Amino acid sequence: MLQQAFASPRALAVALALVLGTGAGAGAALAAIPAAPPATASAPVVTIGNFTFGPMTITVPVGARVTWVNADDVPHTVVAVDNSFRSKPIDSDERFTFTFAKPGVYSYFCSLHPRMVGKVIVKRP
Amino acid sequence: MADNETVNEGRRGALKCMAWAGTGVVWGLAGGLPVGLGALDAEAATRAAPATPFTFVQVSDSHIGFAKPVNPDARATFREAVAKIRALPDRPAFIVHTGDVSQLSKDQEFDDADQIIKEAGLPVFHVPGEHDVLDDGAGKAFLARYGKDVDGGARGAGWYSFDHAGVHFVALVNVLNLKAGGLGSLGTEQLAWLKADLHARSASTPIVVLAHIPLWSVYPDWGWGTDDGAQALKLLARFGSVTVLNGHIHQVLQKVEGRVAFHTARSTAFPQPAPGQGPSPGPMKVPAEQLRSVLGVRQVDFVRAGQALAVIDTPLA
Repeated sequence: MLQQAFASPRALAVALALVLGTGAGAGAALAAIPAAPPATASAPVVTIGNFTFGPMTITVPVGARVTWVNADDVPHTVVAVDNSFRSKPIDSDERFTFTFAKPGVYSYFCSLHPRMVGKVIVKRP
Repeated sequence: MADNETVNEGRRGALKCMAWAGTGVVWGLAGGLPVGLGALDAEAATRAAPATPFTFVQVSDSHIGFAKPVNPDARATFREAVAKIRALPDRPAFIVHTGDVSQLSKDQEFDDADQIIKEAGLPVFHVPGEHDVLDDGAGKAFLARYGKDVDGGARGAGWYSFDHAGVHFVALVNVLNLKAGGLGSLGTEQLAWLKADLHARSASTPIVVLAHIPLWSVYPDWGWGTDDGAQALKLLARFGSVTVLNGHIHQVLQKVEGRVAFHTARSTAFPQPAPGQGPSPGPMKVPAEQLRSVLGVRQVDFVRAGQALAVIDTPLA
């Protein structure tokens, strides 16, 4: 089953690292593009820039917590084609996180700009 | 860059079968004033039609709530656009807003937009942009607010039609249920409604179509088109005069195909690059002193048969 909340101590530690990373980036908030949080295998980051998901395809282990960061001047969304996950609008410099608890291939797109597509491939470790 | 064009010969030829004629298309020069009307069609001028002269105004893409360096205050520029409308020498019959009223579909953004546009003191007809359907109900907030503007109420996700002085207006919604990898979408339910709505109209009825995303393929790589737009255009093919007014791409573009004239409008918030002329369709940064030359409003004049239908795009400054 897919879970949006993830409460293991390890995930919390990663989340804390993300928050700290954001804090450091916020010092340079005048720059249009925020500093991306450090990506790890279990907490990869997809940067949304120039109406593109980068990288467009990522492969992650089961349980990975994927974060999308919007570096554009316009809001975007992250919506699974099979509707298994759906973000609210992600405004500039905001982020959306989703934990993939089940293996599979998850195609997603931006519901505002549907030409923007991406894929998360979730594999057993 | 000159963006002043008049209607070509192909369009003129098409006008021969029209009882009601629109022959002039005028573009505002960037940073300048609108120039004179296009040439009249002498043959069409001899034909009579009952349409009564009137003017209406199109505004688009106000993006209330947008506050980025290119335009730190989209409310201020929208207010300037409304002031321009208020100052028009000929009072327009109404305003059409072709979507992206708000930046993020927030109540406060819609409230502010309503307060500002109210300063024009005119009826307003809205169609939603993709930024207006970001609420949890996927457009229900927009529909609750603007669906009731219309006599008889809006149908489905908010499409409707109305008549004014012999002209039939159709307001379409092409920003909902978008598919991955696709473009704007009307959907089968709306197309069925459109077919029924147009059925009773005579071919000489002038038609004006409003929709946010262009109904024609302006630049699909950037999502600037509507997947099933061609089906709508097929339903409109028998009419002598069809004018399609869109927003979404924040710049003035025109295309004439047969009897159908397509126009996209400027935004009142920020410009976007010409198709393909940049890494993405995101807001185009321009020097602050140039911003108002790339924002604007559009006035559409319907006059008596044989005289010009003028689409006049005027920058804010």
